[in-house]
Parts: sequence; C-alpha cells; structure tokens
Amino acid sequence: MATRTQMPSNSSGLIAMIADEDTITGFLLAGVGNVDIRRKTNYLIVDSKTTVKQIEDAFKDFTTREDVAIVLISQYVANMVRFVVDSYNNPVPAILEIPSKDHPYDPQHDSVLSRVKYLFNTESVAGDRR
Amino acid sequence: MSGQSQRLNVVPTVTVLGVVKARLIGATRGHALLKKKSDALTVQFRAILKKIVSTKESMGEVMKTSSFALTEAKYVAGENIKFTVIENVKTASLRVKSRTENIAGVKLPKFDYFTESETKNELTGLARGGQQVQGCKVAYVKAIEVLVELASLQTSFLTLDEAIKTTNRRVNALESVVKPRLENTITYIKGELDELEREDFFRLKKIQGFKKREVENKRKAALEFRELQAAEHLSLEKGIPITAAHDMLAI
Repeated sequence: MATRTQMPSNSSGLIAMIADEDTITGFLLAGVGNVDIRRKTNYLIVDSKTTVKQIEDAFKDFTTREDVAIVLISQYVANMVRFVVDSYNNPVPAILEIPSKDHPYDPQHDSVLSRVKYLFNTESVAGDRR
Repeated sequence: MSGQSQRLNVVPTVTVLGVVKARLIGATRGHALLKKKSDALTVQFRAILKKIVSTKESMGEVMKTSSFALTEAKYVAGENIKFTVIENVKTASLRVKSRTENIAGVKLPKFDYFTESETKNELTGLARGGQQVQGCKVAYVKAIEVLVELASLQTSFLTLDEAIKTTNRRVNALESVVKPRLENTITYIKGELDELEREDFFRLKKIQGFKKREVENKRKAALEFRELQAAEHLSLEKGIPITAAHDMLAI
C-alpha cells in the first residue's frame, strides 16, 4: 500500500487527451486544452498520419507528467497501443477510454471494464445489464 | 510431532509461555480487525463496481450527445471552426482537483473538476452558429463531468482492489501461518513444562527412596552393633572367647 502515488490534494491537475480531431476539438471547446511556455500541449490529435510510436510516446509522456490527473484516450487509439495501456495500472493519473464518433464503444476492449465485468460475472449481477 | 518446524524457536519456560499467549491473543484480535476491514472494503468495492458499470453506460450516451452537438456546430459554423478552436488554446480553464477520501484506513483519490475562468473562445462562431458552438461547449463540459466522475470511480476501483488484496493476504497470513505457529509453540511449551514436572516428581521419589534405604541401613548397623556389644559383654563375664559368646547368643 505504500507504493500508492499520492497527489498533493491542493494541486489542480490537467486532463490530457489522445483522440481524433473531432473529439479533441469538442473538449478544447469545453476549455480542457493547455499549452505551456514550450508549446507543449496536453493533447494529441490522432489522424491517419499519426504513427503508433507517436501515440505510445504521448501516452507515456502524459502518464508520467506531474500535472496530469486524467488521461482520456479514444478507444480505437487505445487499441493501437493496447499493450502499453494494459501494462499501465497506476491509480493516478487515471486512464479513461472514451468512445469516438466514428468508432462505436466496445466494452469488451476496455482494460478496466473487462476486469469489472469479470468481477461482476462472478457475482452474477451483470445479467440485467446486457 | 506434527509441525515441528511450525513453531517458534523459544526456551520453554513459564515466562515465555505467557509472552507467547499474549502474542496469540494479539494475533487473534488483529485477525478479527483485519477481517472486518476487508469486509468493509469489499462492500465499498461492490458499490463502486456497480457505479462504474452504470457510469460507463451513461458515458456512451453523453459522448454521443456531445458528438452530435459538435457536428451541429460544425455544420452551422463551418468546418474551419476546429482550426480556430485548436489555435486558440492557451491555458486550461477546466481543471481537475484531487482530494482523498478515507475508507476504512484506505485513502481513495477523488477528482473534482472546476472551471478557473471563462473559456477564451468567446469569439468563436461569432459570425454564425454561435448558439450551436455554445451548446456544443455545454455538451462537452457535461461529458467532462461524467468522465471525471468515472475517472475517480476507476481510481478508487484500482486502489481498493489493491487494498483488498493486501488485506486479504494479511488475514490469510495471520490465519494460516502466525496463529498455528503460536499455537504450536504454546503446546510445545506446555508439553515441555509437563515433562519437567514429571522429571522433578520422579527425582523427589527417588531421593525419598534413597533416604529410606539409608535409615534402614543405619538401623541394621545399630542392631548389629548392639549384638556385638552384648556378645563382648558375655565373653568378658564368662571368660570365653568372643566367637563362642556369639554362638551362645545366636542359639
């Protein structure tokens, strides 16, 4: 239990994003975006030209940054770097897989939700959720 | 003896017995407490599980609504609104604050979102589609709200999972390692003490028998001595040799 990362409670964290252009635009409109002095953004726009390496680097960068509290990642992007997402299991920052417009949400692929479902199946409460 | 290795290496004395007994009581109490903690955490865990599933489902809805709002905004305000938005990013006005919640001694991080200042995108869509842009913004803030809630649930889920695992491990360790070991030690010490007591008893008996034999021997010696003296007396009186006197007394 001592390994748990503790964020200072008074600090304010950012919400980082790795998603397609439309999703990013929407969240930027809500005021999530942040650009620091070195022109470093807290989001990565994934389009057809983005390589898996770039996504992987961005994911690693966001998960190790001090000021990021939540990382939103589109599910289809998460599927591209599934091995990295699955191997990450720290509580802070939290990784959230979000649906994107062109790709419907599939709960089967979500690393956390699959665990939830697994636990639920043993308790047989999930029956009415389907 | 079963579980010879499963006991502590102690000197079997009454003092150590007391100490070990106290430790066993402590272990039992600790076990009960940890079990309670584990139960409390599990209850919390189940509640969070249920909440996660329902929030995940509602997230799909909210995201759909916000995507639709964005499409509306794009339709009315033109495709290039997104470039305006992306170019206008400066500092985040919508941030997340984390605080900790304490459940049965486990600190769970909770996220709250808050807006620092108004977004700077006021001029976006000024020409046309301002209403849609605002609507889109509201929809996405709502989405953020759900996502932040989901994030805190998810972190709690992971933290609690970890905490429950550790607690259960401790409970099991106390139950199946520490307590049997202490119990074995207590039986061992009791056995040894009984053994010592028996040995002591035996030794006392032995000494008693030895003393009795000694007294008997002395009595015999005294008797012989008296006989001898009587024989001597007789031999002096009658003027016969001492062996003859002996024979006379023996008849």
